[in-house]
Amino acid sequence: MRKLALSDEILLSIEKPARYIGNEINMVVKDPRTVEIRFAICFPDVYEIGMSHLGIQILYEMFNRRDDIYCERVYSPWTDLDAIMRKEKIPLFAIESQEPIRTFDFVGITLQYEMCYTNVLQILDLGQIPLLSKDRGEADPIVIGGGPCSYNPEPLADFFDLFYIGEGETVYYQMMDVYQENRRQGGTRLSFLERAAEIPGIYVPAFYRITYNADGTIKKRERMNSYAKETIRKEIVLDLSDTYYPEKPLVPFLKATQDRVVLEIQRGCIRGCRFCQAGAVYRPVRERSLEFLKRMACQMIQSTGQEEISLASLSSSDYSQLKELVFFLIEEFQGKGINISLPSLRIDAFSLDVMSKVQDIRKSSLTFAPEAGSQRLRNVINKGLTEEMILNGAAEAFHGGWNRVKLYFMLGLPTETVEDIEEIAVLADQIARVYYAEVPKEQRQGKVQITVSTSFFVPKPFTPFQWAPMCTKEDFLEKARVVNGKVHEMLNRKSITYHWHEADVSVLEGILARGDRRVGAVILSAYQKGCLYDAWSEHFDEQKWMEAFQETGIDPFFYTTRVRELDEILPWDFIDAGITKEFLIREWKQAQKETVTPNCRMSCSGCGAKVFGGGVCYEDKN
Amino acid sequence: MKIRIKFAKRGAMKFVGHLDMMRYFQKAIRRANVAVVYSEGFSPHQKMSFAAPLGVGLTSEGEYLDIEVSDSLSSAKMLEVCNQVMAEGIEVLSWRRLPDQAKNAMALVAAADYRLTFREGYQPKEMEQFYQGFLEFVQAESILIIKKTKKGERELDLKPLIYQAAVEEDGSLFLRVCAGSSENIKPESILQTYYQNRLKQEMPMFAFQIQRLELYANIGTEQEKQFVPLEALGDEID
Repeated sequence: MRKLALSDEILLSIEKPARYIGNEINMVVKDPRTVEIRFAICFPDVYEIGMSHLGIQILYEMFNRRDDIYCERVYSPWTDLDAIMRKEKIPLFAIESQEPIRTFDFVGITLQYEMCYTNVLQILDLGQIPLLSKDRGEADPIVIGGGPCSYNPEPLADFFDLFYIGEGETVYYQMMDVYQENRRQGGTRLSFLERAAEIPGIYVPAFYRITYNADGTIKKRERMNSYAKETIRKEIVLDLSDTYYPEKPLVPFLKATQDRVVLEIQRGCIRGCRFCQAGAVYRPVRERSLEFLKRMACQMIQSTGQEEISLASLSSSDYSQLKELVFFLIEEFQGKGINISLPSLRIDAFSLDVMSKVQDIRKSSLTFAPEAGSQRLRNVINKGLTEEMILNGAAEAFHGGWNRVKLYFMLGLPTETVEDIEEIAVLADQIARVYYAEVPKEQRQGKVQITVSTSFFVPKPFTPFQWAPMCTKEDFLEKARVVNGKVHEMLNRKSITYHWHEADVSVLEGILARGDRRVGAVILSAYQKGCLYDAWSEHFDEQKWMEAFQETGIDPFFYTTRVRELDEILPWDFIDAGITKEFLIREWKQAQKETVTPNCRMSCSGCGAKVFGGGVCYEDKN
Repeated sequence: MKIRIKFAKRGAMKFVGHLDMMRYFQKAIRRANVAVVYSEGFSPHQKMSFAAPLGVGLTSEGEYLDIEVSDSLSSAKMLEVCNQVMAEGIEVLSWRRLPDQAKNAMALVAAADYRLTFREGYQPKEMEQFYQGFLEFVQAESILIIKKTKKGERELDLKPLIYQAAVEEDGSLFLRVCAGSSENIKPESILQTYYQNRLKQEMPMFAFQIQRLELYANIGTEQEKQFVPLEALGDEID
């Protein structure tokens, strides 16, 4: 029986002790003394969130396939355990071996959202690893960052030894080999980082120096080490049907946020919505083969015993063999007590048909994400969903027995006017009118229920809106008030519920998303003031963050409301995500002209992602 | 057909709570490809019921759940199949067929055996004296406690609900107490009362590691109780 890092007394004094004990089904067990490299892979949020993340499971499977590597998991201790670990100076440990991560060779931290940045510092701090890369010595682990936020790693540059830009499946083995070779040759931490800097996709922030203009913008980015590359091109997997996938996913004892097996059907998106970072940085679209997915579905269900399977990807309706896949899953699993959880699909005859097969119509709802209320603004953001499509889809669904609709919008989009956002309420009302017009009284299952949710737009790097000024907190809340007021003027106001988010978190997210290296000082200061779990509204403390800005002398508005010039050097410009800056500028101008750009399957817009030599860019061309 | 499963919960698994154990077994039953019967509807669930929740922190050698299956291999084979897919610390100990009209385990639970062992560092200096005092304490005519319930507080006499108490050779304490839906006695509440009434102090919070050993049904009468382990009500499948 494994010895646990925490005593019974501690485990019985905290919430959900099963977060820290490991021993889950499909946990990889190795004798740490028999491996060459120990890798701690970390999701910097609470266990139930981190355990729901597919990327970690893919890398866990990939690393542990090698006998010379033991990859173990780490999640953020919840605040109750955090306090105990600080008080009793218990070093943060990996779940598998229960041994302190400070003795590991690597700590790899996935950066899935900006609001986890203080949790990154918590991991290092509790791990008893120096927070700043420059303070780490030969005995400390190499700290690696990866995931979507590493497309602008600069706010975290001081805390990480290196960043892996792009998809993890490609060069990690190479990096591990380089590490071993360096060690065999008696190399140092520095000599490893130099060799790693030569690997495609690997970025060593310490090898660069940034200088700034008097107005605060970046003047120059200089390489300070001859091994450092001028630009870092993201890594991607071209053949997603011949790569690592967790055939035996971990099955937590606690109910994870995603308590199901996940089939990632494709990566990337053909759509090109101008606000969407994922749609931009994961280009080009690459599909997994139907055969691969069928095989994985069966293996994962057998190895986990999960009672639900879900599909994951951006814009799943665009997966070319969706019909075949969904019918296979229904055929294979329905009647065996396994639920099939569909992603939000474009509402049409096919999706309504499969939805009626796998869900209880009375309990499920239709989801539309028009993102903007008016057609004008939908053209600006390049969201190719028209009012006609929404109303027709809703009518068809109402005939099929549905009477709940969820609508998602963003507020604060570039060029947005009061009329644009009032149209949100009008659209919701029109959908309600369709219900009452289309469904005869005697067939209605009560009132139609329309839920409108708005989030606040945060401009992200590598999108055409990366130059856009962001709204202030006050602007955002005013916009929400406008929507709320308009909803209450509608004929069907009693059928419409409106939800909006807090604005302060969005503003901070905006600062961190487009921040430069100087923002690192603010993150450190906020963490030292006690900020943690900022993604959790009950823990987010805006006051402390504002104090941190003040004390570090960083102006938050420089990163949010400021208008960026097209020739400004942006902090993330040194990363080559495939899509070119020329394309993004073109798209930014098209947006202002309210002109729509066709999706990748309609015609190629020359975004630049073709350089990778695969995916949708080469479909029908072999 | 109805199947009664007996299992042990050991080691780190004691930190997994009751609801999570239920979810764990639903998945384990699938991994073992047991021909379990599902309810109808859009979210079908397995017909499964547990005998008695075990508190977080307790280990057990005698946990039970009942399931309904459409088919079963021999008990020996099912043990083998199930134990191949268990997490470390969970072991299936028996797999028995119940008569069709059998009551479920939850309704039957009438008594439970526990073993209490001092955690390292919590042993009293005078161990013999401690236990001697305890055995005298449980001999008393009545042991009154105030039991907090959802509706308020009420007085309860523990005495008739303690069926056996003994000190084992290994220095642990054995207790057989009333269990189940009518009156469920936690062994620590007996010890707490002993600490308060006799030792005039509060029991340290983590003094004992508690292990459940067995759950019993009463096949006698209310006056003349006759306890049999829950598994005894089922038959081995050959």
